[in-house]
Amino acid sequence: MKLGFIVNPIAGMGGKVGLKGTDGMEILEKARRLGAYPEAPKKAKKALKLLTPLINDIEILTYPGKMGEDEAIALGFNPKVLGEKKDIVGPDDTEEAARKMLDMDIDLLLFAGGDGTARNIYNVVGDKVPVLGIPAGVKIHSAVYANHPRSAGEVALKYLKGELTRIREAEVMDIDEAAFRKEQVTAKLYGYMKVPFEQQLVQSLKAGRPEEEESARDSIADRVVAEMKPDVLYIIGSGTSTRPIMEKLGLPNTLLGIDIVKNKKIVASDVSEREILEHIEGRKAKIIVTVIGGQGYIFGRGNQQLSGNVIRKIGIDNIRIIATKNKLVSLGGQPILVDTGDDKVNNMFNRYMRVVTSYNEEIIYKVKGL
Amino acid sequence: MAKLKIRENYHQARWDEPIIYELSTPGERGILVPEPEPEIKNKAGDVLLNLPESMCRKEEPNLPEISQKQVLAHYLHLSQETLGSNLNNDISQGTCTMKYNPRINEKLAGLIHHVHPLQDESTMQGLLAINYKFEHFLKEISGMDKFTLQPGGGSHAVYTAASIIRAYHESNGELEQRDEIITTIFSHPCDAATPATAGFKVVTLYPNEETGIPDLEALEEAVSERTAAVFITNPEDTGIYNREIDKFVQTVQNAGALCFYDQANANGMLGITRAREAGFDMCHFNVHKTFGTPHGCSGPGSGALGVREHLVRFLPVPTVEFDGEKYYLDYDKPESIGKVRGFFGVAPVTLKAYSWVMMLGAEGLKEVAEISVLNNNYLQKKVEEIPGVGTWYAEGRRRLEQVRYNWIELEEETGVGTDDIMRRIGDYGIQHYWTSHHPWVVPEPFTLEPCETYSKVDLEEYAAVLKKIAEEARKDSEFVKASPHKCASHNIAKPEELNDPEKWAITWRAYLRKHKK
Ligand SMILES: Cc1ncc(COP(=O)(O)O)c(C=O)c1O
Repeated sequence: MKLGFIVNPIAGMGGKVGLKGTDGMEILEKARRLGAYPEAPKKAKKALKLLTPLINDIEILTYPGKMGEDEAIALGFNPKVLGEKKDIVGPDDTEEAARKMLDMDIDLLLFAGGDGTARNIYNVVGDKVPVLGIPAGVKIHSAVYANHPRSAGEVALKYLKGELTRIREAEVMDIDEAAFRKEQVTAKLYGYMKVPFEQQLVQSLKAGRPEEEESARDSIADRVVAEMKPDVLYIIGSGTSTRPIMEKLGLPNTLLGIDIVKNKKIVASDVSEREILEHIEGRKAKIIVTVIGGQGYIFGRGNQQLSGNVIRKIGIDNIRIIATKNKLVSLGGQPILVDTGDDKVNNMFNRYMRVVTSYNEEIIYKVKGL
Repeated sequence: MAKLKIRENYHQARWDEPIIYELSTPGERGILVPEPEPEIKNKAGDVLLNLPESMCRKEEPNLPEISQKQVLAHYLHLSQETLGSNLNNDISQGTCTMKYNPRINEKLAGLIHHVHPLQDESTMQGLLAINYKFEHFLKEISGMDKFTLQPGGGSHAVYTAASIIRAYHESNGELEQRDEIITTIFSHPCDAATPATAGFKVVTLYPNEETGIPDLEALEEAVSERTAAVFITNPEDTGIYNREIDKFVQTVQNAGALCFYDQANANGMLGITRAREAGFDMCHFNVHKTFGTPHGCSGPGSGALGVREHLVRFLPVPTVEFDGEKYYLDYDKPESIGKVRGFFGVAPVTLKAYSWVMMLGAEGLKEVAEISVLNNNYLQKKVEEIPGVGTWYAEGRRRLEQVRYNWIELEEETGVGTDDIMRRIGDYGIQHYWTSHHPWVVPEPFTLEPCETYSKVDLEEYAAVLKKIAEEARKDSEFVKASPHKCASHNIAKPEELNDPEKWAITWRAYLRKHKK
């Protein structure tokens, strides 16, 4: 078995000194000046330590210095080190490391970082090999991360021993850090990576078993399709929960964007806010959205096209929220959130709403506009 | 008073017992059935030839072949690997209302083994009288107008309620329109599952994150002209009592829908509050919980379903009636939903429960509720003192007869979660606890319900064991995670196989097919 092991050594440095992330060299300098010290190597070691029982059975491929080599050697592993040692490392190095490892046919890529790191890995790896994140960054919105470093180690161990064979798709999400530091939050869903599945140990974002989640999403899609009325425009939001709706209709789906459907035919794919407004002008329309990411947003994260203006035109009674039961439970009782940037629209959402959770089931859940 | 003792040196028997099929030797027999004497054989012929063809097996059944001694040894070993039904410290089985079931009632139930339900009514007047009188007790306790004792368990009674609701709306010509039932996430799962089986859609209310019970506002969002009924447990799994329950009922009834109260577990309110006063149209009791008769393998169970006057005509037939002179079975209900089970109820359970109520009397029933609540309040205090234990919702508010706790804090600190602790409890010779129904709305949950039959020492023992294990988790988390160490069986080697239809096997044949290919 071949394990790729990448540590983003500077991940998490901003958090301790009150900065919101460490993406960007300038910020990193500032973090250093404020007294931040590297957190990620310690956390990565905590996870890797759990793999010591396999010391003679796995080959570890890693990058020089604090990007993995030091951590592995400190634990007694004898890793194969790729790439050149550098004093200062950045996102490009993470991507380059992932690319080299991919070329060498790794079975699993274990990496430590935050949302930025997950995005770097995603850019290169996509869904080609299973990955697992050791949470070490300031921002962990992505579902590719385990709950804590220890559980990342436990999942990796089980996966490499062949005890875990199931894989699920997990969200890669990130917030625009430059905007975030100015208190504007715009998060984006970048895509999905494959992650070994273990009920208790992987980020609780979607804690259900993959088969269970899949069949729940399938059953939700049946309900949505059954409820479709002639001549109404259906604006289908992004995410894996809405995907089966399009599959059932036999239509192409934009996983990370918004599609419009009428009379079970595609009207427009991957539309912008302006295009949506044009399409719905003077017509009856409904929005189908799901909860995106771990914090429970239905609007304002990953689907900015569905703006306050769009929602105002369509009307709150024409919004159908869908989510699996497990996804709702994983919100830990926190309300579903709406952040359209339009206070009046946000306020309309301060109420209870129905969420479709399967063909025959709905949950009445609290929604909160920010 | 008895002294608290934690059984540190407990050790369960571990026989490493094979499955009985693995003990089988072809040709071995436990008993040899004698051939009939020639004279009888001549007269009667081969009696088996009279069996209808459709009832005859094509192949011999695959049964283990094993001697008498081996069979007895096998089951002795298995019994030694249990904690003993009904005789353990079972306060851990929250939502299950485990209480001690007086042995005398088992003896009484033995007295009716010779009665057959197809006997003429005139020959079982006593049994019918007990049925009738027990129903009368239930009417008093709940305020309902009539009961059926036919269902064989709680979920079965709830299913019967759903069927009655269907019949009611059908008779009003509204069934097509009213296709939704409303329940809450902390009500028992059968309150959603059985109406779904009866053909309804399910709308589930989520609790307010502070109070732990759904807001009236959430109910109002759910109620519409599509609502057929609400199915609700109160107190819910959390042990929190919804004090606005009458307003809930009003809201639902104002929309033309019915209200069903799941009182499977009525231990916290016997003789104190009634379904009728809250306005409910129907309710049920798990006789095998609240009314002191055994659960599970010591069962069978019984679910008593009560309704108000306007629903009586839909009850299953037969009902047991009294004409002033004799008791009789009444099948004359043209609008009845029919039968949900054979005959008129689980007779031995009804008898045991009748005896239980007679022994306690009205005052005694009330005392059951008072002691259950008192026990629970005392245990809650003890358990919440354990560092690492939390209780979600309604901080500082007392629960009724059970509490859903959590180990979130301990898990974060040590990595030892509720499943680990549950397994470790067995090492102290007491029953592991009930975590929660699914989904786990409260993470790392455990649910305790100390019924009236447990002593102060029992409660203290349980809390002390939990406290000790929490300490162990802080000292040596791996040790707790690897538990149990002193029980008959260890961890399940591959727990994920329990979830995998390709791997799970609940019969020997399935095991051979899936694992011995
Ligand atoms: C509140 C509640 N309702 C219904 C049931 C179902 O009862 P049974 O297990 O007899 O089907 C239970 C038992 O677990 C329960 O606790």
